[in-house]
Amino acid sequence: MSQGDDHHHGSDPNSPEIRTEALEDLLVEKGLIDRARVDALIERFEHDLGPMIGARLVAKSWLEPEFREKLLDDADQVLKDEQIQGAEIEHVEIKANEPGVHNVVVCTLCSCYPWALLGLPPSWYKSPEYRSRVVREPRKVLEEMGMSLDPDTEIRVWDSSSETRFLVLPERPAGTEELDLEALTQLITRDSMIGVAEVKAQ
Amino acid sequence: MTGAEILDGSVAAPPRDNGELVFEAPWQSRAFGVVADLVDSGAFSWNDFRQQLIEAIQTWETMASADQPPWDYYTCWVVALEQLLFNKVLLDPTELDLRSNEYVERPHGHDH
Repeated sequence: MSQGDDHHHGSDPNSPEIRTEALEDLLVEKGLIDRARVDALIERFEHDLGPMIGARLVAKSWLEPEFREKLLDDADQVLKDEQIQGAEIEHVEIKANEPGVHNVVVCTLCSCYPWALLGLPPSWYKSPEYRSRVVREPRKVLEEMGMSLDPDTEIRVWDSSSETRFLVLPERPAGTEELDLEALTQLITRDSMIGVAEVKAQ
Repeated sequence: MTGAEILDGSVAAPPRDNGELVFEAPWQSRAFGVVADLVDSGAFSWNDFRQQLIEAIQTWETMASADQPPWDYYTCWVVALEQLLFNKVLLDPTELDLRSNEYVERPHGHDH
């Protein structure tokens, strides 16, 4: 990935910067896209969508057993009830970690990801290494990412598709019994909802 | 770039808002926004785009290592977008080539 050359144009007409600029201008001229709408969409994905939306669901499910049950049983209905909508969440399944079972999410073919719950995926999620290796050797990959699991823990790898997106419901860490929804939400990271990290009490 | 670097996130952008920077360069955000707007306006569906993106990624993955450029997700994204627009006859390849060449010829310090 290039660093530091992002702000000037290359001299290569096949560079993605140049192609994108040419493409956008041509589509605007043809009336196929609208620059203000494109701006607004980028703004929305950069600022309004993000892991805080998924984190709130996780925190709520830690606090309310009934909510948790519903979320695991029929996430689509919960998202409807919570008025969470957006592209790419046609069908969501929530996979709960529990003692002896750890879940991790990947999209082996491209980059499918629950945008409306987590925002856009991080670059490592889209990398060829992660996509191929987490299926083959999940324990090793998780260890490299800083998560060592008990050898007896079963690791379930969920491959996202155009039909189904997954979100991991991480375990609530000890020492958070006094925390409310807001404080718990702050602890829950994007990585813990992909399944490559635990939630820590601090 | 090694696998470990990718996996531990050291090549990713600095963290922000319980996440990280969504786009690493302005052209990436434009390429994303253009697709999102085309989907919103019904030019094609996310699923159409996804299929094309899978193809672009597979093309990269099956390249001989001597010809394989460094991995770049948004480059695949742009390749997929171009191909889908050509397939749907919404854009002409020659037209895009011409415009791209024109932009490369611009003097430095041009204004958009």
